[in-house]
Order: sequence, then structure tokens, then C-alpha cells
Amino acid sequence: MQGKVKLFASLREAAGRSELDWELTEGATVAMLQSNLRERLPGVGEEIGRAWIAVNQQYASPDSQLEDGDEVALFPPVSGG
Amino acid sequence: MSEKLFEITAAPLSIDEVNRRVTSPAAGAIITFTGIVRGTNQGRQVRYLEYEAYPEMAEVVLAQIGDEVKARWEVEAVAIAHRTGRLEIGEASVVIAIAAGHRQGAFEAGRYAIDRIKQILPVWKKEYFEGGEVWIEGPSQPPEPA
Repeated sequence: MQGKVKLFASLREAAGRSELDWELTEGATVAMLQSNLRERLPGVGEEIGRAWIAVNQQYASPDSQLEDGDEVALFPPVSGG
Repeated sequence: MSEKLFEITAAPLSIDEVNRRVTSPAAGAIITFTGIVRGTNQGRQVRYLEYEAYPEMAEVVLAQIGDEVKARWEVEAVAIAHRTGRLEIGEASVVIAIAAGHRQGAFEAGRYAIDRIKQILPVWKKEYFEGGEVWIEGPSQPPEPA
């Protein structure tokens, strides 16, 4: 399966990019994607693990199962308003 | 501005325009909340703020907040606009307008809406102050998954 990852705010800056692709085997969870990204984005490290998560623009948790084509967003605690 | 009731936009916000979007013959009261860029924060002299959004999700979340307000109070209409990009001191970052048949509840509904925005809206601000810059982080707990 594959899909897109979007990064925002401090995570985007630490990674040096706002978007990348993910590719994982069937049954993978968001937590597995997070550890995969920790290896691929060494500049980001721990921040990936404590990120807020949205899958297809809906809040999700680390144990949410991914499906082919999912757009996964990772970002720090929000600060709008 | 467009006719969207829930909008993320890089354009300057017009309070009148957001009010107009909720005006109807059923409305006897409209309360408006405007969030403004403040010139000081935690003792720092703020130069300006940069707002970043996840726009596709943020507009859906704004609409969800509108639904939550309507489920809790008797209101006719809710409109919210949130700005992105560089904002100077004194500029409006968010405008909420809530129209109700009567004023009771409308004030509380407005307070609820801005509190929810600060809890769950996927928008972030970076503060540029005299001597540095810092990302502002809000609540420490993510919302429950839908």
C-alpha cells in the first residue's frame, strides 16, 4: 500500500519538506508509519512520535490501520485562533 | 471574500462580511468574536505572526464546530473565517459570527466556538518577536479520533 504524508508547522520545518510518500505492507498502522518516518527523516526524530495524527483529514490515533491511498498528516499541538 | 460559512483564507478578514453571512430574517441577535494579533506575548515584544493551516481539514473542522454549536444552543447560523499567512499586530486572525433568534445562549455559544478552535483546529502560529522566533503550541492532548 502507499499514500501521502503531510507535515505541518515545526514538523515541516524540521523535516525540510511538507509532503512525502509512504509505502508499507498490508495491515500497517500509523505507529508503524511513524517509526518508518523516524528513520527516513533523521532531523525530526522524537517529534514524529508525539505528533497529532489525522488520516484523510480526520483525527486518528497511532493504532489506526492504514489503507491504500490514505493521506496521513502529522503535526504539533494546534495553536490557531 | 467568498460565500463560504467556514473559511480558511489568506485574505484580510472583514467582520462585516462574516456577520452578513449569518444575517437572516430569523436572527434577532448576532454576536461576533474577533481574535486579534497582540503586540506582546509572555513578556516578548511581538513583531508579527505567521499562521499556517491544513486548509482542507481545517474547513471541515470549522464546520464540525458549527454543528457542535447548533447542537448545544438554539442558534440560526454560524460562520467562521480564519486567516493564514503573515499577520501584523492589530490584524484579525479569526472572526466568528453567530446569529440567534434571541440573545440568550449566543454569548456562550461564541465562547464555546473560540475555545474549540483553540483545541482542535489544525492551524499553527509562529511568533516573530524582538530577538527570535518560536512556534506556539496549544493544548497538549490531541482530540479523540472520530
